[in-house]
Amino acid sequence: MPRYRANVLVCAGAGCLSCGCRPVKEALLAEIDRQGLAGEIRVIETGCVGRCDLGPVVLVYPEGVFYGRVRPEDAVEIVREHLLKGRPVERLLPEKETGRIRELSELDFFRGQVRIALRNVGLIDPTSIEEYIGRDGYAALAKVVTEMTPERVIEEVKRSGLRGRGGAGFPTGLKWELTAKAKGEPKYVICNADEGDPGAFMDRSILEGDPHSVLEAMAIAGYAIGAHQGYVYVRAEYPLAVERLDHAIDQARAYGLLGREGLFGTDFFFDVEIRVGAGAFVCGEETALIASIEGHRGEPRPKPPFPAAAGLWGKPTVINNVETYANIPPIILRGADWFAGIGTEKSKGTKVFAMAGKVKNTGLIEVPMGTTLRTIVFKLGGGVPEGKEFKAAQVGGPSGGCLTAAHLDLPMDYESLRDAGAMMGSGGLIIMDTSTCMVDVARFFLEFTQDESCGRCTPCRIGTKKMLEILDKIVAGEGTMEDLAVLEKLAGMVKSASLCGLGQSAPNPVLSTLRYFRDEYEAHIKEKRCPAGVCRALLRYEIDPEKCTGCGLCRRVCPTGAITGRPKEAHAIDPALCAKCGVCYAKCKFGAIRKQ
Amino acid sequence: MGCACARDHATDERYERLEAALKEWAGRPGALIPALHRAQQIFGYLPEDVMIRIAEALDVRLAEVYGVATFYSFFSLKPRGKYTIGLCLGTACYVNGAAEVLAALEEALAIRPGETTKDGLFSLSVTRCLGACGLAPVMTVGEEVYGRLTPAKIPGILARYREKEA
Repeated sequence: MPRYRANVLVCAGAGCLSCGCRPVKEALLAEIDRQGLAGEIRVIETGCVGRCDLGPVVLVYPEGVFYGRVRPEDAVEIVREHLLKGRPVERLLPEKETGRIRELSELDFFRGQVRIALRNVGLIDPTSIEEYIGRDGYAALAKVVTEMTPERVIEEVKRSGLRGRGGAGFPTGLKWELTAKAKGEPKYVICNADEGDPGAFMDRSILEGDPHSVLEAMAIAGYAIGAHQGYVYVRAEYPLAVERLDHAIDQARAYGLLGREGLFGTDFFFDVEIRVGAGAFVCGEETALIASIEGHRGEPRPKPPFPAAAGLWGKPTVINNVETYANIPPIILRGADWFAGIGTEKSKGTKVFAMAGKVKNTGLIEVPMGTTLRTIVFKLGGGVPEGKEFKAAQVGGPSGGCLTAAHLDLPMDYESLRDAGAMMGSGGLIIMDTSTCMVDVARFFLEFTQDESCGRCTPCRIGTKKMLEILDKIVAGEGTMEDLAVLEKLAGMVKSASLCGLGQSAPNPVLSTLRYFRDEYEAHIKEKRCPAGVCRALLRYEIDPEKCTGCGLCRRVCPTGAITGRPKEAHAIDPALCAKCGVCYAKCKFGAIRKQ
Repeated sequence: MGCACARDHATDERYERLEAALKEWAGRPGALIPALHRAQQIFGYLPEDVMIRIAEALDVRLAEVYGVATFYSFFSLKPRGKYTIGLCLGTACYVNGAAEVLAALEEALAIRPGETTKDGLFSLSVTRCLGACGLAPVMTVGEEVYGRLTPAKIPGILARYREKEA
């Protein structure tokens, strides 16, 4: 392999791709060529670096200089100044209160992170198996098949304390052991890459940025349970992940690391196939996912039997999600004790959170289990923008719940989150400020689960529909206190009587917002008022006579003629005519219009 | 294949591609969904005669093919516009104002989600989380992704595609 004096990493994660990293890469390559540096400097496309809000992101190694929001026009300067003369381009460095910062490791966002599952994401070229191997890739698989018995592999994973990162947090080693002991041949290994929770994109990032880590781990699982075939079930919304995974499988086969031939001179062989989903959220539930791979409608079935006993085509099957698998090779190489030394007593290792919403730094972070919400939101996330106040964090998507300012010092682990009425889920973390209406958010999630309910069992199919009807009434200002009681009762029924995880967790967002923001529900019902000023039917616009200068701008822009007043005198809005469009609110230069 | 619209299958190369895809998948376990994906890539949607042909070739009951095709939101039984606009209504997009962007799209296109414009250029759909939450609100037009949307940006984006076609 030729040696280069500098590597330029262009992030090609989904976020950077959609804000134009490809033209940046082309421009860099063109200028490097013009300067005759092609033999010394290499340009690589990597997976998601994590700071999606600063995209397109470019990193220059060996120094680790971090450039954000790079445009193709900037390429000439980066090449001539930085790569030729060694002077980083100051104006492209991200800003911090204390001045511009140069290196990735100086950003608060990256400090405090411990990257195990994301160890290679954003660092290597995901289309190169050589780079993966150069970072100890496939060494864990080699160690397992040549030095360890399947029982020892399972023992190691059990001792590590690794739990499923997809939602429920079931111990991974125990799952493997149950499948290994189950009767029936052949056995199968499935990777659940149907990352459907809105707001969670860590699995996408791993598949796009480090696909081999998942393939290697699946082969290790295959060796541990005695399976020779694996399936990765990826959702259709992630075409780039499918492409990179497909490419990775071809490369691994060409290197003899996957396929029908024995691995590392042994008899053990393992191969992987991709199956693409077709847009059904319920397929993230393991029995529904299995039905979908079999070619059927993705409807769940009652458990037991669990997939460990009767899974794909009725055979014993191990099914884990992407992030869980990505933890396996480091556990094998560095040992269970190392992994178990990170995290809390019952939640070991790290968790990747996808932070988005009303927070300054958005993107993916990987932190030790038990890190507090405060550290995540305010230290890594940089707090809430525009000087607004933190109100809540929604954890775990439509199956999860919200945490409030009172929970800022809560350690984020499986048990603490469950006790607070939320759930780890897949690790989606949406930050909300005072301009977010919690009733509207609960309604949003319920609309989602109601729409995605597969219809097989009655509690979920009809229960979620009835709950949604009540929430629709409340946000329209037509709810009663009796509705609230019915809503709570229905939530309990849907939770306890539904067939699968989708229905069992669908009421969580409602129950958790009722628990912490009951006053907002009551304001909608009793006072016909939306405190956050979101629910349109309840909005009222008023002019503050103290602040109004009588300039007449609002009167002129009002499309319904609802505003009246004489020049230089305070104006007024006629609520009967007001269409609540908000134009006056946006146009007023004196902040005289109040929305409530 | 009693299709009344009398498509000339012999000269329509799309049917040749369908047959090639079916040959690849026939006899393999769990072939139905991959076959439907291929068919939709070829035809843009799933016409009735295509579903009948898939049922025959894979030896699956037509009811099963129809049941699967209608269960998954990715499959369409109706022709779609040249460009499918998918507006993300995931949580991050929703919290960052996707609802207002949707209203702007509905107004600019004069259609509702699930519909296609009269000129056959655009279909509008709302999608589940696209996983680009850092750029919320986000939408896709065909293969292109647009992030950090505001209602004001919509007319300009649509105009680009209209100009391309004019």
